[in-house]
Amino acid sequence: MGAYIAKRLLAAIPVLFGLTIIVFLIMAMIPGDPATAILGSYATPENVAKLNRDLGLDKSLPEQYVIWLGNLFQGDLGRSYSLNRPVLDEVLERFSATLILAGTALVLCSVFGLLAGIVSAVRQYGWADKIITLLVLMGISTPSFFLGLLLILVFAVKLRLFPASGMYAIYGGGDLPDLFHHLTLPALTLSVVATGVVARLTRTAMLEVLRQDYIRTARAKGLPERKVICKHAFKSAFVSVVPVIGIQAGFVIGGAVYIETVFQWPGIGSMLVKAIATRDLLLVQGGVLVVAAAYVLFNLLADVVQTLIDPRLR
Amino acid sequence: MKKILAAAVASAFFAFAPQTQAQTPPNVLVVGQIAEPKSLDPQAVTAVNDFRILVNLYDGLTRYKDGTLEVEPSLAESWTISEDGKAYTFKLRDGITFHDGTPFNAEAVKFNFDRMLDEEHPYHDTGPFPLSFFFSAVEDVIAEDDTTVTFKLNAPYAPFLSNLAYPTGLIVSPEAVRKHGKDFGRNPSGTGAYKFGEWEANAKVVAVRNEDYWDGAPALEALIYRPITDANTRIAEMLSGGLDVMVEVPPDSLQQFKSDAGFSVLEQAGPHVWFLILNAREAPFDTRAARQAANYAINKTALVDNILQGTADVAAGPTPPAFAWAYNESLEPYPYDPEKAKELLKEAGYNGEEITFYVTEGGSGMLDPVAMGTAIQADLQAVGMNVNIETYEWNTFLGKVNPGLEGKAAMAEMAWMTNDPDTLPFLALRTEAFPDKGGFNSGYYSNAKVDELLDKARQVTDQNERAALYKEMQEIVREDAPWVFVANWKQNAVTRASVEDFKLQPSFFLMLQDVKKPQ
Repeated sequence: MGAYIAKRLLAAIPVLFGLTIIVFLIMAMIPGDPATAILGSYATPENVAKLNRDLGLDKSLPEQYVIWLGNLFQGDLGRSYSLNRPVLDEVLERFSATLILAGTALVLCSVFGLLAGIVSAVRQYGWADKIITLLVLMGISTPSFFLGLLLILVFAVKLRLFPASGMYAIYGGGDLPDLFHHLTLPALTLSVVATGVVARLTRTAMLEVLRQDYIRTARAKGLPERKVICKHAFKSAFVSVVPVIGIQAGFVIGGAVYIETVFQWPGIGSMLVKAIATRDLLLVQGGVLVVAAAYVLFNLLADVVQTLIDPRLR
Repeated sequence: MKKILAAAVASAFFAFAPQTQAQTPPNVLVVGQIAEPKSLDPQAVTAVNDFRILVNLYDGLTRYKDGTLEVEPSLAESWTISEDGKAYTFKLRDGITFHDGTPFNAEAVKFNFDRMLDEEHPYHDTGPFPLSFFFSAVEDVIAEDDTTVTFKLNAPYAPFLSNLAYPTGLIVSPEAVRKHGKDFGRNPSGTGAYKFGEWEANAKVVAVRNEDYWDGAPALEALIYRPITDANTRIAEMLSGGLDVMVEVPPDSLQQFKSDAGFSVLEQAGPHVWFLILNAREAPFDTRAARQAANYAINKTALVDNILQGTADVAAGPTPPAFAWAYNESLEPYPYDPEKAKELLKEAGYNGEEITFYVTEGGSGMLDPVAMGTAIQADLQAVGMNVNIETYEWNTFLGKVNPGLEGKAAMAEMAWMTNDPDTLPFLALRTEAFPDKGGFNSGYYSNAKVDELLDKARQVTDQNERAALYKEMQEIVREDAPWVFVANWKQNAVTRASVEDFKLQPSFFLMLQDVKKPQ
């Protein structure tokens, strides 16, 4: 197992390396430059040239990339010019906020997705199945930024149960209950689509397993239904759902871009949006690197978990 | 199972809900900002969003008189200008200290301008200072004694005093710059009514009352600036009680706040003008008749009333009315007259050739550019012009427009917000300001008389004399119609009804020294 993980991690290095080159090239190809973004309507060619010189952007692209790579090996991701602070500080701070949000959403979507999937498979064509299927369909097809605004309107503006935005209260607060209080709406919003996907897949997987002979055997043996479902059927269905949850992990991090903007969550998604708009190359580079690394790790984790629970793969 | 499910859903929803939403505490003002500030170093930033914090932390040598764009003394008590207009000597207020306890004096002023302008200065690397060109006329700063400082200019430059009132001219503590170097922008120290408290990245910037403020300590204990980039979220925060003040309220939501007694809505015209640059070098707008035709053809009142929903006024000329002292009151906007436009187009010999119109998706001061561009296209189509819109993201757009429209487009949207009536016409209407000469005259307007008036207005230091020159310039430019003059934006803000003495300024800076919030 150790050798497998090491191999997978090594294989990720060229992926991440190639990604940094692609980001560099895309950022170079999109029109507009940081100096223009900073100067706005004052961007004369003369002012732009001077500011680019001050920012160290007058060097050639390969040169900039080599400098960036050299610094990377020393653990330095450079300094963001739109925020005037080290990229690493910003990225780590932002990423931990995203992890909290995405992690919670992932837990929510796994728990509710699996539960909903099992219930609707067990009660196939029953009213519970119909309601769940309808809810799942609605969840999958509602754009999450819209759902977010809707939840803000109902729970923050009308009922005043939850704050509309932010991660902590701006005065007082700052403790765990405060965090959860702020986390509820965005995490819920973010988890909805993923919950739907997980629920659908769990339902299909469960239905397939429930038709197997060994389930009939288990039932024939007189095992209680609860045991049949939870122990025999679910364990087997779970194996095929795990990789999907792994993919959903990547999805919730990607989806966080909208949700973080809507809820003003100080995560890496909203940071990337702003960094691209201001053409803050180093910040984009640092952010993408971290997100990509996380994506690779999540998938690896899902594969490892799958191997652990499925003896056939060992 | 379904009971478990239902219980789980319900508990997830309400587990963390028992606490009811706290209102903002008394004597603390929470301000909703449109973005996180880039830096709190006034010389390193360019965005109005950042200025709204800075003007409360720092003072300049001069400032704008309350409710106007006229300059009055601030850290400088008084000043004299030499005969030739090339030397400004300021008498500084005595006994003022920066928030870090170090004294404010002539040496500190010199340090500020040398840091920004002298590339050899040991702290020049704490920049870059993108707007340092506001002071490019400054040749030397001399600290005559502790409270006297003289600026030597390389040429007479009348806007100098109002540039000193701009955030780029705010005075920072030299000691704090020496101590924090490149991180000064996150550890700011000035002389302003509020002292820097803390900056929690992506959550808030806190400023606390400066008890020793030379111009009277403010009533509020603290200001909290919260960055909320999404407009809808900002509105939701305001409605749910998480903010005391929000600026840049979208027109759609203004009505909602106006009809709610819990809020006050404020509006204030500012030094902003929204216009269309017309390419005077190529057909069809190389004739004055065609350019005037565009001005007649576009229904500006409809744009302002329907698309901008009353958040702007119709512009009459190149200078915003907010520059009251320099604004020509006799100027009337071009009336909406499609018949006249058709006549003029015929006279200009235009026969429905396709023209390109650059529209941007957004950008500083651009209001609602896509909807406005579409309405303008329809108005022009109605008088027989065949207009093809090309839409670009703001940065890309600037990269296309600023180098000049020749060979690319006949017209382009643009908006400017400035601090002196000199800035925009000087940078965008003179022959010497063609793009290849480093200016913003992207439509290549050229009129010798306008050039002469603008050059002269820089050299006279008497405000009345300057005003007369600007007024004459506005008349000529209105007639020549190098632009379609469309709108002057009114800044708006919403406050909770418990906020007192809150005012918007024509400068668009958010001065909060006198605001109270007893409950």
